[in-house]
This record gives sequence, structure tokens and C-alpha cells, in this order.
Amino acid sequence: MLKTNIQSIISLRKLSSSQNASIKGSYDVIIAGGGMVGCTLACAMGKKALLSNLKVLLLEGSLSQRFELKQEYSNRVVALNQNTKSLMKSLQVWEHVEKMRLQPVRYMQVWDACSDALISFSSSDILDDDVAYIVENDVLLHAIDKELKTSDVKNVEIVYGAKIAGYELPQINSQNSESIVKMSNGDTYKCQLLIGADGANSAVRKAMGVQYLSWNYDQMGVVATLHLAEETENTTAWQRFLPTGPVAFLPLDSKRSSLVWSTTHAHAKELLKLPDEQFVDALNDAMWKQYPRRGAVDACTMWVGGLLRRAGLPDGAERQLPPSVRAIAPASRAAFPFAFGHSTKYIAPGVVLVGDAAHRVHPLAGQGVNLGFGDVKDLTDLLADALYTGLDISHHSWLQSYESLRQRHNVPTQLAIDALYRLYSLDIAPLVLVRSLGLQLTNAFHPIKIGLYDDGTPAAQA
Amino acid sequence: MNLLQRKVLRTGLVGNIQKCQLFGTTSTLQQNQAEAQAKSTIDSKDVHHHEGLMKTWWDELGPIKPLHSMNLVRVPFIRDGLVPCSPEERNAAPLHNKKILDVGCGGGILSEALAKIGASVTGIDAGKALIDLAIEHSKMNPKLGNNLPSYICTSVEDHCKERKNYYDAVVASEVIEHVNNQELFLKSCIEAVKTGGKIFITTPNRSRATQFFGIFLAEYVFNLIPKGTHQYEKFLTVPELTFLLERNNCHVESTCGLIYRPLSNKWEFSTSQLIMFALQARKLE
Repeated sequence: MLKTNIQSIISLRKLSSSQNASIKGSYDVIIAGGGMVGCTLACAMGKKALLSNLKVLLLEGSLSQRFELKQEYSNRVVALNQNTKSLMKSLQVWEHVEKMRLQPVRYMQVWDACSDALISFSSSDILDDDVAYIVENDVLLHAIDKELKTSDVKNVEIVYGAKIAGYELPQINSQNSESIVKMSNGDTYKCQLLIGADGANSAVRKAMGVQYLSWNYDQMGVVATLHLAEETENTTAWQRFLPTGPVAFLPLDSKRSSLVWSTTHAHAKELLKLPDEQFVDALNDAMWKQYPRRGAVDACTMWVGGLLRRAGLPDGAERQLPPSVRAIAPASRAAFPFAFGHSTKYIAPGVVLVGDAAHRVHPLAGQGVNLGFGDVKDLTDLLADALYTGLDISHHSWLQSYESLRQRHNVPTQLAIDALYRLYSLDIAPLVLVRSLGLQLTNAFHPIKIGLYDDGTPAAQA
Repeated sequence: MNLLQRKVLRTGLVGNIQKCQLFGTTSTLQQNQAEAQAKSTIDSKDVHHHEGLMKTWWDELGPIKPLHSMNLVRVPFIRDGLVPCSPEERNAAPLHNKKILDVGCGGGILSEALAKIGASVTGIDAGKALIDLAIEHSKMNPKLGNNLPSYICTSVEDHCKERKNYYDAVVASEVIEHVNNQELFLKSCIEAVKTGGKIFITTPNRSRATQFFGIFLAEYVFNLIPKGTHQYEKFLTVPELTFLLERNNCHVESTCGLIYRPLSNKWEFSTSQLIMFALQARKLE
């Protein structure tokens, strides 16, 4: 009897002590995931005056790494559009990127291997500003990280090597809007607002239990750093749509470009196995080889080209020739799968998703990370506005505005990219005709082109 | 438009001369009561009505959820009217050091929201039970910190005698349509505010659209707000309210329309002032 009593007391103690020890910290905001989007969000929360009073915790799974700018470029790059640039400028991150390295894209040419159709964008089209900027992932991440650790940002704590065991999210309609983050080492953190920036396989999203619409594309991306045959100014991004998928060269410096070659799984695996010289041959083939043409399609595009010429509009006949590749940087070849993903809800009580956790796109238009940075911009603006109005940090009204604002922007972009992928993944005559004429006409009419640009930079991204 | 024309116009609208005493107490039914309260703006029937809602007052999704969601438009309206501020200079307590009188504060929904962004708020209401509720709730709300609104159970005409030329702003949100002797009410509000201080009023417009949507549909068909909340005859139109303010030494600086979307429980500013409007006035020297 006594024994059981003592045992029960001991177990009670254990319970209470574990509960006391469990809450290691209580925060206003916890950001799960310290990738490019998560770190930018943390940085913005430190820099925006209205948000700099919030206590923020950033949980990053990997260990803190020392960064050194290497001679050779990394094979993972992103194309950043003007919106992202202005966000980064406002956070003083851009100057770090400029000090390290980036390459502006001033001209872009996209063309179809199955016809003469072409579309080009140049910086003069878009108010004399660059079309996009090619930046290595780790350079951008380091620039953000550097700014995150300056004395300007006082309210952000970072835990590296954070292994998250699970989340306890607040119930719908409950008064308490606190989320609990449990770590696998036994620590727990509490927060008013949990932000899932933990990528396409987001655990936060899974804990929210929302519907996630996704499919894998029958394509993989082969990336590599290319050494070009000739030294040029190299501010042009090239993208050619082959029947197997688009192949893109993104400029890095005067002699180097980054490759993103989307192709079938089998072909991608084959390409990875090839010796370097054969890979370069296959690549030059992909950029230059003549594909079988259809007379009817060619006749139509020529006829339309003639009409456009007579109307004084660009007919797409003036094309620049892509560079040829001399070699690839050693050990720079890699491949990764592509997928589409859409979370039907970006928010739950006290929880919000940003970046790839909420949406994933095919990289053919270089929009993935730009959409994520757009999320950061809108989220911080809306949250600052909510606090300025005196609302709670997890108030549903601003969360709802965030969701509808971002979904109204992201979903059409995602669907347009998906449609482009489908339009170019088939090689049947009527489809080739439709897309060729579409490309030709879009290229001819300036306002449509600008409209395309406003929606996002049409550049490729790895 | 002179007063006579105005009366005639209004007679046409309401179709009941007795109900059209624009500047007197409003309804004939309450004539006797009103005579007893000739120097009071409080309508005892309306006071009782809101006390009945005590329990559900602070439920954000309860029967008066429109008043909660209305904070999302009226707080910015008051804040930006009182302290215009560029985005870079914003802080979390924009109304710091601003003394605001919330007339007809009820359970304190607006008072607490204004206190949260730094204002020193005094809330007054004629319902004792509501004031008790407001005091109780403000103590329970940890987000207010030390900046609790002070609540007083009084009428504005009594309160303004103690605090003449005292407040930076007087707010009467969804109140003037509930009071008797609306001009006395406004005069008292104006008296309490400093010279150069602001007066913010939100109220339904007296239009057939309000009668249909705001009373018939909202109260009787869809039960969005409790039956008997509003009486059409007590509503003021934008020119009427402007007229009352301007002849009492105020300058009406801006008016804007408000729209409520019941399905999403959201308020929006609108160019149409047909149903509801918000008004900002400045007290002249």
C-alpha cells in the first residue's frame, strides 16, 4: 500500500517536473525552417520597426556553417526578380549579395525547338531595369544570414541543428492560440504564431491537416556549371523548349553559365552517368540540334511573321545565337525531381505557411523562390498593419487577408506555369502550332509582354 | 437647404410628422419619458436592451460580432485621423499620450482596442452593468498591460461638466442613433474635447436602404443583430449630422461610407454612404 503510494507520488513528481522543465522558452513567433525564405522572414521581423518588438525564434535543422566564397560557382542558383530585389534592398541584404557576386540578366531568349517561334525580353522592355538576377543559393543565404546577425536585428534567436519532434497546434475556436513545438531532445517552445517555412515536405503543414494538392512532373532537372567556349558579356538567359523539356543557360560571369536541363527521368539518369566530354556534346546538341519540323507549322509561322513585319511589329526572325559549351565544372552535375504542390489552406488558427511549404512550382519560369519572397513581403506588411491597429499577433483577420492575397497571386502563377509545362511537353502538330503562334504574337505585342513580366520574371531557376 | 426644406423633405421620407422633430426628442411613444429626461440624452429602453446582452458581449463570434469586427475599420479611422504617420515612423503605440473619451462604450470593445495602441481611454456608458462588465474584462485582458481604460457610469452631459476642454478626441461609435436629444448629446461631446481636438462618429445613415438591410433583414430576417437594436427614426443622415456639428463650432473634415459584409463578418470603407458612415470633425476655437 505504502509502496504504491510512494510510487504514485514519484510518478506525479516526474510528471510535474517534466511539465515544468518542458517549456524552454515562450515566443511571439516561431519560424520553423531556416532556409532562404525562413531566414528572410526572420530578418524582416528584426528590421521592420513595428515587428522588432516581437520575440522571434528561428529553428533551423542543419548546423551553422561557415561560408566561404569559392572560386568555382555552386550548381544551385536562383533567378531573382525585381520584387525580390527590392525586398532584399529594403533589408540591406542586396548590398552583401552585390559585394559577393551576382549576374544581371539583361536579355532573355526563349524559343521552341519544333518551330521558328521565339520570344525575347530585354531590359529596355521593362523600364530599363534588368530582367532578373542570377544568384547562387548559398550566396543569397549567406547574405541574409549576415544581415540577420548584425546588431540591427535584436529580437531573433536562432537554434541550429534543431530536430523538431512534433507540433501541438491550437484547436479551432479555443481561446488559447498558443502552439507548442516539441523538440526531439525534450525541449519545448511555446509561441503565439507558428510560421511554417519548412519546405515542400512541411511538417507544419502536415500538423495543420490541410489538403495538399500535388503531383510529380515526369521530369528531372539536371544542373551543372558550364564553361563557355568564348568569353562574352554574358548577360543573356537562354531557354530552349525541347520535346523532352526545356534546357536553360543562366549567366554567371563572362565565361560561365549555370545549366538547368529539364528532361525525362530516364534521360536525366543517363546524362548523369555520361563522361564529362560526352555530356558536353549532348548539351551542345540540345541547344543547337535541328529537330524535325512540320511544314504546316512552319508555313503558318512564316505567314504570321510576314503579317507582323508588314505591320511594323517584331516578327521574331531576329534571333541571337546561344553560346556553345566548352566544358563543365568538375563534380558540378546533379539532378533533382520536379513537382507541383498547392496547399488549399495557407493558415490555421495561430499558424501560417510561407514559401515552398504552401506552394511548389516547376522551375521553368524561375518563380518558386520569388513567390516565397512575395509571401514574406505580404506577411510582414499585413502583420505590421495588424499590430499598428492593435490586433493580436495571431488575429484571424490579417491571417485571412494574407491567405487570400497570396493565393490570388500564387495560384494563377502556379497554374500558368503548369499549363506552359503541359503545352511544351507534347510534340503534336496542332499543339506546336498553337504555342508557336502564341509565342510569336506575345513577342510582337509589347503590352502583353510587359504584363507577363509584371506577373513574374520569366527566367529559369534551379 | 434651410431647415424648413429639410423638414419637408424628411416628412416625405418618414411620412409621419410627429416622428420628424429633427432636433427634439425623437419618438412620440417616448414623449412622456423624454419630457422627464428633458436634460438627458439617455434612452432608458436602449440601456436595458444592451444590458441584456451582457453575457455574450465579449464573444467575438457572438450576437454582436459586427461590433467586434468593426474595430478593424474604426480603430484605423480614429488612429489615422488623430495621428497621421508615415509607414517608416510607425510604432505599436501610435495613440500614446492621447486622451480619448469613448462615449457609450458598452462592454468596452472599442475602448480596449484603443487602449491597446497606447491611448488613455475613458469609457462612459449609462448602463451600470455594462460598465462593471467593461471594468472586469479590462482587468482580465493581459494585453492591455498597465494601460487600462477607466470606465465611468455616467452620461456625457454630466461628464463634460467635469472634463471641459479635456480630451484629444471624443469617439461616439454606433451611439448617436441610440440617444434622445441628439443635439444636446453632440454639444456635450464637443464640450469635452479640446480646441483643435477631434470628434469621431460612426452611425447608420437614415435611408430606406438602411431600413431594409440594417433593420428589416439584419434584425428580423437573418437575426444578425438582436431585434430592437435600432429604430429608424433615430438615424441621422450625413448632412443632418454635419449641420448639427457645424452649428456647434465644429468643422467636419471628412466623411466616408462603411459597408458590412455579414457572410464574411468583414467591414470595408466605401464610397457609398447610403447605409453607414464614419465622420471626423475638428473643434474650432
